[in-house]
Amino acid sequence: MIALPGNIENIDGIVIGASAGGVEAMSAILPALPARLRAAVFVVLHLPRERPSLLVDIFSHKCALPVREAQDKEPVEPGTIYFAPPDYHLLLDAGPSLSLSADELVHYSRPSIDVLFESAADQYGARLLGIILTGGNRDGAAGLAAVRRRGGVTLVQEPGEAQVPLMPESALKEGPVDFVLPLERIAALLRTLAGRME
Amino acid sequence: MSDADDQAFDIELKLLVDAIFLRYHYDFRGYAQASLKRRLTVARDRFGCRSLSQLQDKVLHDPATFPALLDYLTVQVSEMFRDPAYFLALREKIVPLLRTYPSLKFWVAGCSTGEEVYSLAILLREEGLLSRSLIYATDINSHALAKAEAGVFEIDRIPGFTENHRRSGARSSLSDYYTAAYGRAVFDKSLRKHIVFSDHSLATDSVFAEVQLVSCRNVLIYFNRELQDRAVGLFHEALCRKGFLGIGSKESLRFSRHAGSFVDRVREDRIYQKADQP
Repeated sequence: MIALPGNIENIDGIVIGASAGGVEAMSAILPALPARLRAAVFVVLHLPRERPSLLVDIFSHKCALPVREAQDKEPVEPGTIYFAPPDYHLLLDAGPSLSLSADELVHYSRPSIDVLFESAADQYGARLLGIILTGGNRDGAAGLAAVRRRGGVTLVQEPGEAQVPLMPESALKEGPVDFVLPLERIAALLRTLAGRME
Repeated sequence: MSDADDQAFDIELKLLVDAIFLRYHYDFRGYAQASLKRRLTVARDRFGCRSLSQLQDKVLHDPATFPALLDYLTVQVSEMFRDPAYFLALREKIVPLLRTYPSLKFWVAGCSTGEEVYSLAILLREEGLLSRSLIYATDINSHALAKAEAGVFEIDRIPGFTENHRRSGARSSLSDYYTAAYGRAVFDKSLRKHIVFSDHSLATDSVFAEVQLVSCRNVLIYFNRELQDRAVGLFHEALCRKGFLGIGSKESLRFSRHAGSFVDRVREDRIYQKADQP
């Protein structure tokens, strides 16, 4: 059993970021989220910018929770998985509601993990769980630091296990995190989390 | 930055936006907070300021600062024929209806540096409609408008534009419309003859003409719901009976107060048509 920080029972938002190897890593995690989860889940996965996103199709079949591509100004519904659309940044705004931007690339990426995590930290504060997975890019490190600064819970995939370790390593260099876990235990933690939030 | 700094930032942002409105009459008060915050964070760092208060001091007292800041707050880097499917839908599904009008007016709202305007002009030229068309291209940033009016783009952007153009159902080669020189592509003056560039704010100005089509893509995402409602209200007022509105591929009128005033025309490419009033 993993020791959980005190504020984990109050998580309303989960932000997840990944790059290279991310589809596989997400496949180990998102299907583990049980249908009773009341937190909303926001995902940034770096993909080629011009390809229409197949993520919603891929994950709808695998997940117990509804999976959607984020639309601008959409009010956030609990227990829903939102993917950032290709070639847009996904941000959280007051409400909370979803917000998109076509602003410049961050870490060569749009959507950027930093952009999502920093805006989500503003909206959710300590009620946010931030997760950084495999990737060959430093995006997400500053974002996870913002989650920590606002009192949220931080989790990084064990770099040794990641398909590409640079992204989790970069996140760990930015400061202490609450958990460093392999995918299997991240999935287990998310199941536990959903149980405790009932 | 600490949590306390984060909270101070939100207060400073509100003060700065008020200061800009009072001093320069540019109204960012209805902009979506999260992306505005991100843009101001970038601007603060590039201007070498520790805080937004310090940036505000510069904005109020140094006349060179605000025009430079305006670029951070407004300039969208777009592409010609961005989302080729949108232009293909205009070509195949909307142009046949536009042909029935003896003269045509278009409004590209929030045109920034002009990529979208030239795309539309080229499409109309290809479809044989440009000679009877007038395109209003508006933005709040006069610096961006001047660039748009010049019609000059970096040559290294042209391959991307060309590929987008091709995928939009092109009937000609993009190279027919520009001259390359000194690392830049200068677009044809004969396109510009059909474009009127002008300063216009969706936040504070009103409607100036009746048009058959409004194209306003990836502008509404920067507005909060109230300002979106104002902008879409202006579009509705500007459109002729059964006129068309095109918005960005991830934007929607679903959450707008005016949702009922439009019907889907090409749903997947976000082209709406003004509904007949009951």
